[in-house]
Amino acid sequence: MRNIVPVLTVVAAIFAIWYAAAVALNAPWAYNKAERAGVSLTTSELISDTWSQQKPKLPAPHQVGAELWNTTGEMVAKGRGFSKRSLIYHSWVTFSATGLGFLLGTALGIALAIGIVYNRTMDMSVMPWVIASQTIPILAIAPMIIVVLNAVGISGLLPKAMISMYLSFFPVVVGMVKGLRSPGPMQLDQMRTWNATPTQTFWKLRLPSSMPYLFTSLKIGMAASLVGAIVGELPTGAVAGLGARLLAGSYYGQTIQIWSALIMAATLAACLVGLIGLVQRIVLKRMGMA
Amino acid sequence: MAWLALALAVWIGGWWLNHVLSHRPKTRVTRLAVPVIFGLTIVIIWEALVRGLEISPVLLPPPTQIAATFADKTHILWQDFVQTVIKGALTGYVLGCGAAFVMAIAVDRFDFLKRGLLPVGNFVAALPIIGMAPILVMWFGFDWQSKAAVVVVMVFFPMLVNTVEGLSDTDAMQRDLMRTYAAGYWKTLLKLRLPAALPFIFNGLKIASTLALIGAIVAEFFGSPIKGMGFRISTSVGQLALDLVWAEIVVAAIVGSAFYGGIALLEKALTFWHPSQRGRS
Repeated sequence: MRNIVPVLTVVAAIFAIWYAAAVALNAPWAYNKAERAGVSLTTSELISDTWSQQKPKLPAPHQVGAELWNTTGEMVAKGRGFSKRSLIYHSWVTFSATGLGFLLGTALGIALAIGIVYNRTMDMSVMPWVIASQTIPILAIAPMIIVVLNAVGISGLLPKAMISMYLSFFPVVVGMVKGLRSPGPMQLDQMRTWNATPTQTFWKLRLPSSMPYLFTSLKIGMAASLVGAIVGELPTGAVAGLGARLLAGSYYGQTIQIWSALIMAATLAACLVGLIGLVQRIVLKRMGMA
Repeated sequence: MAWLALALAVWIGGWWLNHVLSHRPKTRVTRLAVPVIFGLTIVIIWEALVRGLEISPVLLPPPTQIAATFADKTHILWQDFVQTVIKGALTGYVLGCGAAFVMAIAVDRFDFLKRGLLPVGNFVAALPIIGMAPILVMWFGFDWQSKAAVVVVMVFFPMLVNTVEGLSDTDAMQRDLMRTYAAGYWKTLLKLRLPAALPFIFNGLKIASTLALIGAIVAEFFGSPIKGMGFRISTSVGQLALDLVWAEIVVAAIVGSAFYGGIALLEKALTFWHPSQRGRS
């Protein structure tokens, strides 16, 4: 709670800088217009012009806010909340790919981690490649994956989800391996004195003690998987989704549209990560770990 | 069928060899050999499957064809490498990490800033920053400057958060000791807190190294001059020249691994005293 004042100060400072930058970046266009109209601008006229242009270099926050409201709240009020022009529809498209990829990635990650912890051969041969796979800028081949999967007849949700999966499995593997190995020799010996089978050791000791690590990884994995879904939407020809909105906005110079898609993506990321944080709090509390 | 049988045989053989090797005492040789054998097995199986199942090279070219393209088109690959990695990613990486480092020291000096900026920084680090790419391309033009700007924005917050966390990693006892030596703020910073922060700083540098390459390549999807790795990948996909795309991916993989490996080596040399480095030989 004691952080609230400093955080609000920083956020206020960001908004102040944003407004100031909007004036600075949009001023040349405003002067240009005024010159052609043969009038000279006073300071207040200049400021009001730079904050209300049609295609500004940097839209002011209230313009982005208005655009966001027009494409979400107002459309819901009109009962067209799911039409193709509404950001809710595009967010839903992106979210479905993110969610599917995240689930697949988490499942793959946990399976790999269990394999790595219980099988020495896998530990030594797969683990180095899991780490190496992340130094490869995989996002770069997103367009290729989409095109290739399209060619073999898989299109729509799955190709995007594959990219999200690839990005989100890594944090889960690394976190789960660390988590499953976190019980000390003392605890493992204790299980042995109780004559526990390996399965019992897994369910009653290793899995519960890996939970804090798992949730930390899930948060990173969720953020990564959203990035994957957005980038995966770029090469599909700007059909639907937040990534498509970004691309369409950049083609037609609709800066306000880009910014609103960006803010929407940020909100989506914050909600998803926050949701995992909430589940984490509840689960850890019921397990007596928090 | 012969190719498929070969694939199966190689898989069983490679796994058996790894099984034997990994159950012997760990030495430097086995630690290196096991992953290498695993990687080779995958490549051979890939080749055999593509030939055995007669997959069209438009969908998935075999590794031999990729290698041939790689050797054939080195001048294009080199040109793209200079444009994307040296001009775009590296410039942005140095600027972004440098700015974040300076900012971190300023943030650490003032507790108010630290309490305000850290939650915001943590929040921003989880956002899909890559979405800033079209805006920055619009501001800085199509050439490498806009790619460098994307990289700066992408690496800034992970680096800032890690450095600030590292700077607070000394305990009161150590700082008191510095005070008994009559060391001022700057002396304490240089001799105690920065060295103690190094493991965290290197963690940030490592995360930033992968982000930098991704940022530079993806930013090229939003507009670029007619060279660069991202440009080549997106146009070659359009021409179905997938062997060239894979050759670019090989370049990206080599660069990414070398970049990461270089930082890891530097870390090993500078933080040899840290427990995470001491345990290994």
